[in-house]
Amino acid sequence: MNKEYKKVAYYPGCALEGSGHAYNTSTKAIGKKLGLDLVEVKNWNCCGAMEVKNIDPKLQTYLSSRVMSIAANEMGFDTVMAPCNGCYHNLKKAEYDLEHDDSSKEVVDELSYKAGHQTYEAGSIETIHALDWLKNSLGEEGIKERVKNSLKGLKIANYYGCMYTRPRHIFPEKDQGEGSESTSKPHFMDDLLAAAGAENVDYPLKTACCGGAHTLSDSDTSTKLVLNLLKGAEACGADVIATECPTCHSGLEMHQVRAETVLGEKTNVKVLYFTQLLGLALGLKPRKLGIHENISDSYGLLKEKGLA
Amino acid sequence: MRSFDDIEAQIGELEKSGNPLEAVAEMLLLGEEVLERWVIGRGQEPTQDTSEGFRILALHKQGARGEPSFNACRETCRELVYHHNLIEQSPEDEKAGQWLIMAGVVARHLLLFVGGKMEVEGLGEFCCSSKPLHQNETQDQVMEQLKTGLRGETTHA
Repeated sequence: MNKEYKKVAYYPGCALEGSGHAYNTSTKAIGKKLGLDLVEVKNWNCCGAMEVKNIDPKLQTYLSSRVMSIAANEMGFDTVMAPCNGCYHNLKKAEYDLEHDDSSKEVVDELSYKAGHQTYEAGSIETIHALDWLKNSLGEEGIKERVKNSLKGLKIANYYGCMYTRPRHIFPEKDQGEGSESTSKPHFMDDLLAAAGAENVDYPLKTACCGGAHTLSDSDTSTKLVLNLLKGAEACGADVIATECPTCHSGLEMHQVRAETVLGEKTNVKVLYFTQLLGLALGLKPRKLGIHENISDSYGLLKEKGLA
Repeated sequence: MRSFDDIEAQIGELEKSGNPLEAVAEMLLLGEEVLERWVIGRGQEPTQDTSEGFRILALHKQGARGEPSFNACRETCRELVYHHNLIEQSPEDEKAGQWLIMAGVVARHLLLFVGGKMEVEGLGEFCCSSKPLHQNETQDQVMEQLKTGLRGETTHA
């Protein structure tokens, strides 16, 4: 992967219309600021991340393939950008399955026919994450040139979650040497935020589990996992945990509150989407980036650092 | 057999140790103990082999065989080894105490993940998306009904 993405099909996914609304807002705001066109996929559907795959993973493959089919066959795009780790992961997985598993292709062909749209042909779409989008469209130098409000003095633990890199075989473009993303030590978010002036801390839990699907339920397991992520970031000296997944982000925010109320464990590290942090560096106002929508109240810290 | 709570308490004690080299070696063993529980829980004999020189990595491979969602703790195991190696190579470094704390954070995360996964079947599944959570008869029936409905073979009053 080494091309610019000036105009791509944009697949926000369900989370970005709900709990991850601020991620949607900040992603679009950055795109507008940087002159990168995001054209939302028409009549998109759920990628199948949650319940559907528990019934049959091939239904999940179909649902993701439909999104790619619309982008390719009805809108004429060759790239879909999905900021949500779940959507990104599932579109990549569907691509892999359609290329390698004949029975998946049969189910997708059948369901596409029944649903009345053209079936998706593997290889028609390149699915990218918001990190790929920015890293390849602007890169560190492009970010540096556009920084108006440096993140200097802000210590950040970059948290990628586990779906951005797992399983490795669905991400053939990763681990390809210089310039490519690493599945064991991802660094694209670190690179972009460092270019915006931030000081990244060495965070050993950057791909560790946050509790996944259980993070949105009232689960003690998730609270304990998240509390350890938060305390780990504080032990690294971080002011902020930067996120790039709406499920991880919501889990970190909500279980931070729950850890205090249920376990009596208070942590002070703030949680912000990386797009919000980059937006601040580019000179956008916090409200334009949906920072007021976050549960984690970072205004005090941002004012202290001269960012709000 | 010690409880996970006891192991977690021991991790907390080791983090405060004045001897990082000894403490991190003990943490590595605790990590192995946690993974042994997982392997035994799946009805297998924990391996004594090593992978890349470490038993914890071999145990992780064993634990993830046939259970891809267990790879959600792969890098956690590797981070524990990494911090062990940092301290082993430079035990007198002024950062050794901080590395030990980080090793403790990582070891605790491994324990919480594995302990959680032994209680909550689906932990890590959403992340991995590698297989359906449940494949019991009821859900097979649901799938069949869904397919039938999509084919238009169901008659409605």
